Amino acid sequence: MAGQEKNGIVIIGAGQAGAQAVMSLRAEGYEGPIRLIGEEAEPPYQRPPLSKKFLAGEIGFDRVELKPAEFYEQSGCELILGTRVTRIEREAHLVHTGDGRAIGYDKLLIATGSRVREINVPGFDLPGVHYLRTVGDVREVQTHFHAGAKLVVVGGGYIGLEVAAVAKKNGMDVTVLETADRVMARVVDPIVSHFYQRIHAEEGVKIRTGETVAGFEGKGKVESVVTGEGEKFPCDFVVVGVGILPNVELAQEAGLHVENGIVVDECTQTSDPDICAAGDCTNHPNGVYGRRLRLESVQNAIEQGKTAAACLTGKAKPYSQVPWFWSDQYDLKLQIAGLSTGYTQAVTRGDPDHARSFAVFYLKDGVLVAVDAVNRAPEFMMARQLIAKHAKLDPARLRDETINMKEIEKA
Amino acid sequence: MAKVTFIEHNGKEHTVEVADGLTLMEGATKNMVPGIDADCGGACACATCMVFVPEEWLAKLPAKEDMEETMLDFCEHSEANSRLSCQIKVTKELDGIRVTMPESQH
Ligand SMILES: Cc1cc2nc3c(=O)[nH]c(=O)nc-3n(C[C@H](O)[C@H](O)[C@H](O)COP(=O)(O)OP(=O)(O)OC[C@H]3O[C@@H](n4cnc5c(N)ncnc54)[C@H](O)[C@@H]3O)c2cc1C
Ligand code: FES
Repeated sequence: MAGQEKNGIVIIGAGQAGAQAVMSLRAEGYEGPIRLIGEEAEPPYQRPPLSKKFLAGEIGFDRVELKPAEFYEQSGCELILGTRVTRIEREAHLVHTGDGRAIGYDKLLIATGSRVREINVPGFDLPGVHYLRTVGDVREVQTHFHAGAKLVVVGGGYIGLEVAAVAKKNGMDVTVLETADRVMARVVDPIVSHFYQRIHAEEGVKIRTGETVAGFEGKGKVESVVTGEGEKFPCDFVVVGVGILPNVELAQEAGLHVENGIVVDECTQTSDPDICAAGDCTNHPNGVYGRRLRLESVQNAIEQGKTAAACLTGKAKPYSQVPWFWSDQYDLKLQIAGLSTGYTQAVTRGDPDHARSFAVFYLKDGVLVAVDAVNRAPEFMMARQLIAKHAKLDPARLRDETINMKEIEKA
Repeated sequence: MAKVTFIEHNGKEHTVEVADGLTLMEGATKNMVPGIDADCGGACACATCMVFVPEEWLAKLPAKEDMEETMLDFCEHSEANSRLSCQIKVTKELDGIRVTMPESQH
């Protein structure tokens, strides 16, 4: 067993959570070997800009990568890129890679993130049909980015709408097809959906809700998107954003407990004491809400990366926070704190029908559980604190814009 | 290019060279300066990139936009001389600037 000590910590997945774990492991004082194995060719980078400034060409990869190459050298972390882990052999404490290597570990972190959900309709493999998850995806999409080009976005979630906004700003003709009766239906109240539909319409993006995509057509490349009703939307290219699937297969095949994500405790430990998991791929308990969650956000990846680093070095730093998220479309910054699931009342502050800034508070039996804030930092920042302490708030005061957010809790 | 000194809460100094056009925040994160988390990567969405700026430098910085102003106003540890370092573009006018970081960004 003594020889195994040298194996140190192996991290599968060189993304947001994996990179955070490297930084936090060294900050925790861990001095042993770290190996960070990633399937993509690039060192760890941030994904949010992929549907925002990086897609728009406003910033290059140097401003998207999380840390410069020297960081990994200085941290004594071996970066093994372009390499897929194909199997975890728990008894032998080994991970096997696609190129036939077997790498030993004392402790393992699974930070495999998620992948895009593909749509399986006729013509799905035609050139010009793209998804958006990686830098590689963006580079392909950018080959179609010319003023005047016709883009059909399939899916009216954050990513689809962010892509639509960037394409519109770059002079493209953009149509968004959404199956539900409103955009972002999975996460926000109809008030917010309708606000974004109005804004996109004003900016000249066509949003069609209640449209199911039945197929893609074209000779040698995609030329139109066909809906269930048989309507055809001509296009030069397509970006599909219909959700993600957590990358749990490695964990599952290794016999770890997997159920809507890799099941971990509040310290990110899996059902194997030598294996932790962090980021998009986990199903974890959240103390604020008293239930299990699977989240897709930078905050979750960072905080779980930190917690995992502690856990892997034998310390308990439980992760329990008010989830938060943001989305940039045009000049609008949407900041979301908390989870609105199960709310009993939505209270609006500001005028979403005419203005470009407002907030919606979600109350459950009077207690604040979430906020959606558009260009409203005070509401977002204050709500983060109030949600954490389960504040009971008066809807009339929340609605009253003459009351400063700092005073909102007073009776 | 500007020389920027980041001072940790415990007094430890880090002096780095930052290229024009990058933000002060990037000057720290790209040079492995601890103390600036920058969770949102510069989107002015998280307020985990706060720095304290001495008076003589405050006036030389570009004015705060609304979003930065209000984020700071509601940030638990912010002071009158706080700025979000991701909102400050580095120019040669900032050569020699010294900023202090809070004990924790969370
Ligand atoms: C376009 C886009 C925009 C987004 N915008 C926002 C936003 O505005 N705000 C926000 O909070 N969040 C946003 N997100 C979500 C956020 O980026 C993710 O939640 C975050 O990246 C999750 O981090 P992670 O480390 O869990 O996974 P990832 O960052 O996805 O990293 C996982 C890595 O593991 C690798 N991997 C997987 N399986 C294997 C294997 N078997 N072997 C080796 N490597 C493997 C993958 O290739 C990948 O590089 C966005 C995501 C996308 C795609
Ligand atoms: S990095 Fe998030 S606000 Fe500056």
